[in-house]
Amino acid sequence: MVNYILRRLFLAVPVLLGASFLVFISIRFIPGDPAVAIAGELATPAYIAQVRQDMGLDEPLLVQYGLYLQRIVQGDWGQSVRNRIPVTELLAERLPRTLRLAFISLFLAALFGIPIGVISATKANSWIDTISMVFALLGVSMPIFWLGLMLMIFFSVQVTNWLGLSQPFLPPTGMGEGQPDAWKYMVMPTLALAANSMAIQARMTRATMLEVLRADYIRAARAKGVHEQVIIYKHALRNALVPIVTIIGLQFGTLLGGAVLTETVFAWPGIGRLLVDSITFRDYPVIQGAVLLVAAGFVLVNLLVDITYAYLNPRIRYD
Amino acid sequence: MSMTLDPQTVGEIAEEAAAQPASQFKITMRRLRRSPGAVAGLVIVLIFLFISLTADYIAPHDYNLSNFVMARQGPSAEFWLGNDEIGRDLFSRLLQGARISLYVGLISVGIGVVIGLPLGLISGYFGGFLDQIIMRLMDIMLAFPSILLAILMVAILGPSLENAMIAIGVVSIPIYARLIRSSTLAVKEELFIEASRAMGAGNLYIILRHVLPNTLAPVVVQSTLQIAAAIQASAALGFLGLGAPPDVPEWGNMLQKGRTYIISAPHIVVYPGLATMLVVLGFNLLGDGLRDALDPHLAHGS
Repeated sequence: MVNYILRRLFLAVPVLLGASFLVFISIRFIPGDPAVAIAGELATPAYIAQVRQDMGLDEPLLVQYGLYLQRIVQGDWGQSVRNRIPVTELLAERLPRTLRLAFISLFLAALFGIPIGVISATKANSWIDTISMVFALLGVSMPIFWLGLMLMIFFSVQVTNWLGLSQPFLPPTGMGEGQPDAWKYMVMPTLALAANSMAIQARMTRATMLEVLRADYIRAARAKGVHEQVIIYKHALRNALVPIVTIIGLQFGTLLGGAVLTETVFAWPGIGRLLVDSITFRDYPVIQGAVLLVAAGFVLVNLLVDITYAYLNPRIRYD
Repeated sequence: MSMTLDPQTVGEIAEEAAAQPASQFKITMRRLRRSPGAVAGLVIVLIFLFISLTADYIAPHDYNLSNFVMARQGPSAEFWLGNDEIGRDLFSRLLQGARISLYVGLISVGIGVVIGLPLGLISGYFGGFLDQIIMRLMDIMLAFPSILLAILMVAILGPSLENAMIAIGVVSIPIYARLIRSSTLAVKEELFIEASRAMGAGNLYIILRHVLPNTLAPVVVQSTLQIAAAIQASAALGFLGLGAPPDVPEWGNMLQKGRTYIISAPHIVVYPGLATMLVVLGFNLLGDGLRDALDPHLAHGS
């Protein structure tokens, strides 16, 4: 098992290197001088010259990439073009907020998605199953930012009007940091982000459960007269959970991507919002940093999922 | 997998056998018809195609004609879905948006197939070093959440509808490469390939004549689902202001513009999102249905 983990860790290195190279090289596709792109169009000639030297722009490309990697590893991710704040500082401030959103959404999605899938599978082709699966399909097909806008119309406008409140029932934008009712600001962003994942988990759980429920050992258990509840929750769900856990893990990365949209809708000051703002201001150091950070996180989560999967599934060989 | 042969299933098998020699297409269509979801998906997709192709003729108003007197008005007899923020007819703009969505879907899926298919074929058929290189490159692309990679590309290339299509297409390349590689691997070991090689067929001939046709079913299924994903991604990029220019009636664009008036004129954001959802739903339903219909293991499944 230790060998397997080490081997997977080792395999993740080239992927991380490749991803960082992709981020590094992306800046070359911007028309004009890369040093100006990194320093910002309004930078002083002295600063541009400094950046050119740091980037090693007179050196061969691979040397430049080496310098880039060196700076990344040393924690020097460059400065924001907009306000000269170090990129790492900006990311450190924003990341926890995005993670909070993603974790709560993932939790909500699993909390509802898995039971819906189990019920659908055990009552396959009943009206409960049909309704659940229609909603799951809608959840998969819905643009999450549109769901966000609809939630906003409903909770911040309609419900507020019905109740005759002077303040929105749920605040439409912001994070309410430090306020006693900060949780209210979380409700809509997490719901919007969770919906898609919930739908995918419900569909996945249903499909896996149906497959497991057809297995011979389930028939054997039924023949022995084991109680149906025990069969479903003890025998079937446990085995079905292995692929479901994998899917949940993989969705974490998708949620980080989806956070870009959700954060834009609700003006949630996380990484996604930072990324979109930086694009508007052509703040390339921040764009590079944010993308690299999310990609690295995605690779690490996938790695954890692989290891968890191997741990949960004894049929996987570790060598 | 257990399978009970009830009289109806037996009847269906007999029916299919009696209809021999039926083409793969006919069998698929017959199976598709039995699934209500797939039929609903097909109907939505056909309506969507019809609207996309005839948007110029069936639109009740000029989609670009602004009428400030009518700005942000709700649905009326003349303007069925109301007017947008500068008084343009929302319904006519939605119809035009369907055409743009179809365009984005087809072009980006085209990019994914044209580049991903050869990569997958080469990787799966020849294996070895080439396979390693191609697949590791695909792994690197998959190291990014797909929407994020698309955003990065558009941020670099500059926001435009064309760049959005390119980004969405490029992001789908690894999906196709992996899919086609695995079906190539499966078909490569078949006896008829060996027989063909024994008769002196070259690699190119075997790939084009035997391997490629056998990878087409998964490609068709994936492309149907991928069009749905592309339309969703296009709306997302448009919403972030990374797609078409502001006056183009792309659905995501319309949502972005309408967002400002969400309290006074919610209808501006309700309909473009609803349209996106319906079309994406249609392609998803059709894709799921096609997968079941084309899957030989599920010949008479639930």
